[in-house]
Amino acid sequence: MNINIKRFQKNTNPQSSIFTYDVKNTNLLQALIEIKSTKDSTLTYRCGCKSGVCGSCAVRVNGVEKLACKTVINQDDTIEPIKNRPIIRDLVVDVSHETLVINQTKSYIDLSESNHSEITAKDVKKIDTQSNCILCNSCYSSCPVYEVNKDFLGPFALTRALRYANDKKMANNSLIIDQIQTNGIWDCTLCGACTLVCPQNIDPKMDIMQLQNIATQKGYTNPALANFDSNMGFDMSDMGFDPNGSF
Amino acid sequence: MFDVIIIGSGAAGLTAALNAKKSNTNVLVVSKTYPTHSQTVQAQGGINAVLYEGVDSVDQHVDDTLKASKGLAIKDNIKLMCKEAKETISWLNDIGVPFTRNENNQIAQRKFGGTKNIRTCYSSDYTGLKILHTLYDQCIKEGIHFLNEHSLLNLIIENNKCLGATVLDINTGEIKELSSKSLILASGGYSGIYTNFTTNSYANTGDGIASAIRAGVELSNMEFIQFHPTALKGSNILISESARGEGGYLLDYKYERFIDELKPRDEVSRAIFERISNNENVYLDLRHLGIDKIKNLMPQERRLALEFSNVKLEDELLPINPAAHYSMGGIKTDINCKTNIQNLYACGECAQSSVHGANRLGGNSLLEIVSFGKIAGVNAALNAKENKEEFISNTKQLLLDKKHINSIFKYSNEINFYSIKEEMGKNLFNNVGVFRDEDNMNKALSFINKAEKQISIMGVKDKELAYNKNLVEFLEFINMLEVSKLVIKSAILRKESRGAHFRVDYPMEEKTLEVNTLITKNNNILNIKFEDK
Repeated sequence: MNINIKRFQKNTNPQSSIFTYDVKNTNLLQALIEIKSTKDSTLTYRCGCKSGVCGSCAVRVNGVEKLACKTVINQDDTIEPIKNRPIIRDLVVDVSHETLVINQTKSYIDLSESNHSEITAKDVKKIDTQSNCILCNSCYSSCPVYEVNKDFLGPFALTRALRYANDKKMANNSLIIDQIQTNGIWDCTLCGACTLVCPQNIDPKMDIMQLQNIATQKGYTNPALANFDSNMGFDMSDMGFDPNGSF
Repeated sequence: MFDVIIIGSGAAGLTAALNAKKSNTNVLVVSKTYPTHSQTVQAQGGINAVLYEGVDSVDQHVDDTLKASKGLAIKDNIKLMCKEAKETISWLNDIGVPFTRNENNQIAQRKFGGTKNIRTCYSSDYTGLKILHTLYDQCIKEGIHFLNEHSLLNLIIENNKCLGATVLDINTGEIKELSSKSLILASGGYSGIYTNFTTNSYANTGDGIASAIRAGVELSNMEFIQFHPTALKGSNILISESARGEGGYLLDYKYERFIDELKPRDEVSRAIFERISNNENVYLDLRHLGIDKIKNLMPQERRLALEFSNVKLEDELLPINPAAHYSMGGIKTDINCKTNIQNLYACGECAQSSVHGANRLGGNSLLEIVSFGKIAGVNAALNAKENKEEFISNTKQLLLDKKHINSIFKYSNEINFYSIKEEMGKNLFNNVGVFRDEDNMNKALSFINKAEKQISIMGVKDKELAYNKNLVEFLEFINMLEVSKLVIKSAILRKESRGAHFRVDYPMEEKTLEVNTLITKNNNILNIKFEDK
């Protein structure tokens, strides 16, 4: 079976080119290992647990984000690095932003302010899916907002923000909610691209909507709507059309 | 210069970092990958702790652990870990680990093998993942400094004192020298030497242990490798013990049960391996648990079975086999996580901290890495305050490592080391695996010796400096060879069967051998012997 791999090397010209390899393995990670160990040891990719939980091997297969270790490949598939982050080499991209965005959203519990009230099974369930995030960056790769605005906090950071905002042990989630107002929850277009590609079945789109609700309850408003003059557009008196009229 | 440098970013390393930081020290964590890529995320089933005295007791937890160790653990070390277990869980809970609750809203527990009582706390079957990510978030909060994608090359040890380490910056290919007052190795285990026959991550290559022995750090009990009974047939992906703990059966080719599924892992693995060596299939059967229980308590197992074996756990039997899973041996540490070298500490799977002995109970590894991670962090910070060492630069070690890496680029590449690595995994699994005997182990040893002699006619084809994974993997392979040799030699020395180490030629436990093996290196001479009683 032939697969195409879009490879990237900083100091070659052109930096990117597509290479075709004949492989026996149908599991993508195993195919990459096959290429590296028998055909071309310069092929560069990340991998680890081989079981979909370390989040290191996300790539794009025919344009869609996948974990290499869980992906079955087909003839003529094209493998590329994930998008929206600088490529380091071949399928490896820079993921150093993870620390920064987690810090920016203050997604952690301050032990000195930790809430010691009883945690119920329901409370745990509420943050169960969100705390399954493996930081594979598939969601960032698929995000059209992050593509044009690298200051956008992005899907996994916001899912993590909700995971802590909804954690009952968090005595006060106001700090988190405050941190995600700019370049955060209101910048998301709710397109749901992230939800489609998450290998852990997390739904960042719904998480962001939930955060918008929490923020609204705390008195924050969508800045886009705040700038919107409610008298415009809806005032149709000068449009020669009476919405209450009849034909 | 850092007060405390930690090599490794799994739960042991991150817990050490958080605790060292508490004493206002300057802490650096060095990770070969990224913290959240660490092996800890693969721990599924749970973490042991006696939470509810009366139903269970700390003494019983100590006894169960001691019994599994087959006389090779130290009761005081186990006691320390078990006594603090409740506090450990409470701390993890407070920083945000979402432990699954029972119907009374208490932290739920499940049954694991080799234990008298139900005492394994869990977060569905993503326990390790959730613990590690929570620790990572805390490290970010505390502003702990990380050097990611930096691979440990060697420890800098002069006059029996550790002064730091040399590392390869994978991104640039630069070889760097890191200077520390205290250094903690939390670099993980070495079951990865069984390439393709292990549940471990590809990144688990025993680097810390190999660099330790090169520098004269004492190692212990390297022959004790745990083979997990239930890895997916072929891909060797782990299916947690929780599957059996929650009531799963093991079936033979006639679809009949053949063993108490919750016996210690070594016994279950041997029973399965015997059948598989006869070319019989062995299956894990969860069908009777029902889809709701499977979905709720084992969502990950369900997905792994479906994605990697195309089996629906609620409807079908899952073919499994044993695989190398955990290494009990490693860097010899005392109850304070100290090694025989001044300023050098070790914790987590790379350490032999005398709690698991010849066999480890499920649920005790996560407990060990958090418990001893804390102890290592606290003690390393204390040591850093007292240590008046000066910043080092341009050490002999740095020059040696630069020279070594330069020479690797010139190796002749007549033999592909990747094929040798694959052969090595198979050879070790067949000859130094679940069942062992002298002849087979000698075969494995000759294989390793031969490969070691051929190192300079192997090498790397990738000559780039920046992000050269070919080079990283070659260095890892050299470490794996070094560690494999220690495993085989220790296993040959131990002429008895004890815990996970089963010798077909010496099937009985020998009272006189109820002692740890000890590996030392003096003036470049390796010495493997039993410790005095």
